[in-house]
Amino acid sequence: MTSLILRTATHVLMPLMLMFGFFQLMRGHNAPGGGFVGGLIVAAAYALHSFAFGVQAARKALLIDPLRLAVFGLLLALTSSTLPIFLGKPFLKALWLSPELGLGTPLSFDIGVFLVVVGVVLTMTFSLAEE
Amino acid sequence: MLLLCVFSFFVLMPAAAWLGKKSSRVSTWLAVWPACVAVYLASLFPAVASSGPVEVLFPWAPHLGLSLSIFADGLSLLFGVLITGIGALIVVFSARYFDGKSEAGRFQAILFAFMASMLGVVLAGNLFTLFVSWELTGFTSFLLIGFNYSKAESRSSAIQALVVTGTGGMALLGAAILIEQITGTASIPQLLSGGFQIADNALYPALVVLILLAAFTKSAQAPFHFWLPNAMAAPTPVSAYLHSATMVKAGIYLVARMTPIAGNTELWMWLVMSFGAVTMVMGAWNSIKETDLKRILAYSTISALGVLMMLLGAGTETAIMAAMVYLVGHALYKGTLFLVAGTLEYGTSSRDITQLGGLRPQMPKTALAGFLAACSMAGLPLFLGFLGKEFLYDALLHRTVEWSTIFLILAVGASALLGAVGLIAGVGPFVGEAGKASLHGRIPSAFVVTPLVLAVCGFLAGVYPPLIELPIQLATAGVFRQLPETHLSLWHGFNLVLGLSVLTLALTTAVFFFRVPLRRRLWPQTLTTDWLYQWSIRVLDGISERLLPALQFASLRAYVLALVVVATLLLVAAIVFSGIPAWPKVMAVQPQELAAVLMILGGAISAVRAKSAITAVVSLGIVGYGVALTFLFFGAPDLAMTQFSVETLTAVIFVMVFYHFRSLVFLSPWKIRLRDATIAALFGTSLALVLLFVGTDETPRRLANYFAENGPSLAHGRNIVNVILVDFRELDTLGEITVLTTAALGVRAVLRMGREKKN
Repeated sequence: MTSLILRTATHVLMPLMLMFGFFQLMRGHNAPGGGFVGGLIVAAAYALHSFAFGVQAARKALLIDPLRLAVFGLLLALTSSTLPIFLGKPFLKALWLSPELGLGTPLSFDIGVFLVVVGVVLTMTFSLAEE
Repeated sequence: MLLLCVFSFFVLMPAAAWLGKKSSRVSTWLAVWPACVAVYLASLFPAVASSGPVEVLFPWAPHLGLSLSIFADGLSLLFGVLITGIGALIVVFSARYFDGKSEAGRFQAILFAFMASMLGVVLAGNLFTLFVSWELTGFTSFLLIGFNYSKAESRSSAIQALVVTGTGGMALLGAAILIEQITGTASIPQLLSGGFQIADNALYPALVVLILLAAFTKSAQAPFHFWLPNAMAAPTPVSAYLHSATMVKAGIYLVARMTPIAGNTELWMWLVMSFGAVTMVMGAWNSIKETDLKRILAYSTISALGVLMMLLGAGTETAIMAAMVYLVGHALYKGTLFLVAGTLEYGTSSRDITQLGGLRPQMPKTALAGFLAACSMAGLPLFLGFLGKEFLYDALLHRTVEWSTIFLILAVGASALLGAVGLIAGVGPFVGEAGKASLHGRIPSAFVVTPLVLAVCGFLAGVYPPLIELPIQLATAGVFRQLPETHLSLWHGFNLVLGLSVLTLALTTAVFFFRVPLRRRLWPQTLTTDWLYQWSIRVLDGISERLLPALQFASLRAYVLALVVVATLLLVAAIVFSGIPAWPKVMAVQPQELAAVLMILGGAISAVRAKSAITAVVSLGIVGYGVALTFLFFGAPDLAMTQFSVETLTAVIFVMVFYHFRSLVFLSPWKIRLRDATIAALFGTSLALVLLFVGTDETPRRLANYFAENGPSLAHGRNIVNVILVDFRELDTLGEITVLTTAALGVRAVLRMGREKKN
């Protein structure tokens, strides 16, 4: 698939989609959005990139193997949920650095979810596209 | 601090894997940590003696009543010191054993995980913590036994050990649940001090059977002993560690731990004593019949485990103390003998005792270690083994129950055989005429030092028993609930016990000199129940072979169909039994809502009529978009957004699948489509009816109100959906992302497998 229209559109759409995805992740706690949907949007952006420029280019643009990304996200989420144990609080208890700014383990957990979703969806699309 | 002792080994696994790969000079340093932990645990003995057991409680999910608790009394500490102390030596030995091999890192990492699990078993302060650690030891030992996984023998032995000890694990879980049901607590310190009348409960016999099933499978008691000789397929350091000093002792620990809680009854005593005695005799007999060094040692270990069980069953103060002395003595001499066997195998590439002989001049220090261990095993004075045997006879002489004389006679016979086995394994290869197997190369110093250290420890403790008196007394107190007044001393005077010891030594010498005819001629041959295991596995395989085709026919369509049909039936049943709900008040339908409904219907019809797979996928996408629009109109923008993205990506992935697996795309014939459409319509209708019910119920509104009120104050977030996902119900999300990641791993593995097949 080497469509000029698709490539040109991707150049415009990809940054927008990425920004929108991160925006969804960040604002999710107080307004519609969240790590899951943000992850889906970012994954869609990279899927689009792989259609326009091929899987190799999309892999390069992602910088890291998507499966690693997923595992890293899972580790981040696990760390966020087990961290309170080491501070004498029960498992999964939310810890806040600053609730006003939204900084705390719920945010890092959400980022973990985000990374898992991006990683999983892209592992599937990239592996299938390479077949 | 104690918690750290256990978890540090898990945390250090990556370090072990990394350092383990380096040359043995570097990886030997890994032994520092277990050695430090051993010293720390040993240093706790005086504290436990003066101020009682150490308890650490960590409530990690207090609202569920779950807490991680550590409980260390003399019994735990004695096992803990053995585990980490011998563990450190094993790390040194295996660093050299696997030197320069690529799998060395993997080995050290699993070894560390095993040490952590084993410490978890003996330091657990809660029955369920004990159970989890118990299963972890089974799992890590599976990995260690099957370490050379390219050999079929290793794999089948590993699976056998896992199946047998895993069955015991299930029994242990059952026992833990039963105890908690009867007493209302699973905390070991509470159970120990509580004075619960467990024995009066009607379910007590079942409980005893469950506990003993767990202990007997783990500690290789007859008739479950067959897995241990087979587990000799493991690398020698594993056999030396797991199958002499640690894992097989977990069953002993369990029985010792449970004696004050659920033991001290006739039923308990007879079961433990008689199984122990049978195992003791059978193991000793079998070990005489074997010619492979490691199998000889494995059977003699089984026999020693039988002795320990028998002593724990006897349950008197002397018997418990005897068990503890015997336990330490056995760990030291058997560990030595296994390491000596490993050295012999390394140096001569043979483990066959008929081919080994006269090696003392070439490897004097190894011969010395073997000699010391053999003396201890044979029960020569000045060795710890002597002390253990004295205590054993003393305990059986003064146990005033019927039949105790028979147990005593059996014990003398088994001890004589075991002593001879010690000589065969520890002295035989080094004396007499040179055998067929000859030494090639030099024996590395790590192989010389580690068995010597263990053997010398056994000698020192035998010469100067007060060295280990306090640990032994405290460990006995852990079982017997009071500190024994008996002291350990080298000399007990001229009495019947000494006479029996002398008799044993005489018999040992006789057996050793007539070992060859005994091995060849005497009936019966090796006693084993391996056939029982093979038979039951075959029966189970047969059942699954018949059951499987009926249940698993590997068609995703059929599975989905079955799920939907069953769900529909359940929904219809639910509706029929509770009556058709009242039709809710209908609000005026807005035009855009009508459009969404038409979109869903149109998409569904088009999907059923589709003439190509792509059309079907796009039609389903239209249905999904319609549903997403409905979400949007009814105030759920989060759901709508997610649904839009999911539908888009699903369509993309589907298109890719169809593109790459064109040959596999198969469109159902009309009849099937009609059937599926009917079922789908029925399912949808019944689901809609159920939702009408839910709409009239109060609960969802109460939940919604709860989250809306508490979201901002408790979780600092105004978006209820997200707050639920990342805070209130974080555990669910954690489970979901784990499933997702696993699915991605599966996709990667399946596709890679297909590609490798193609190449």
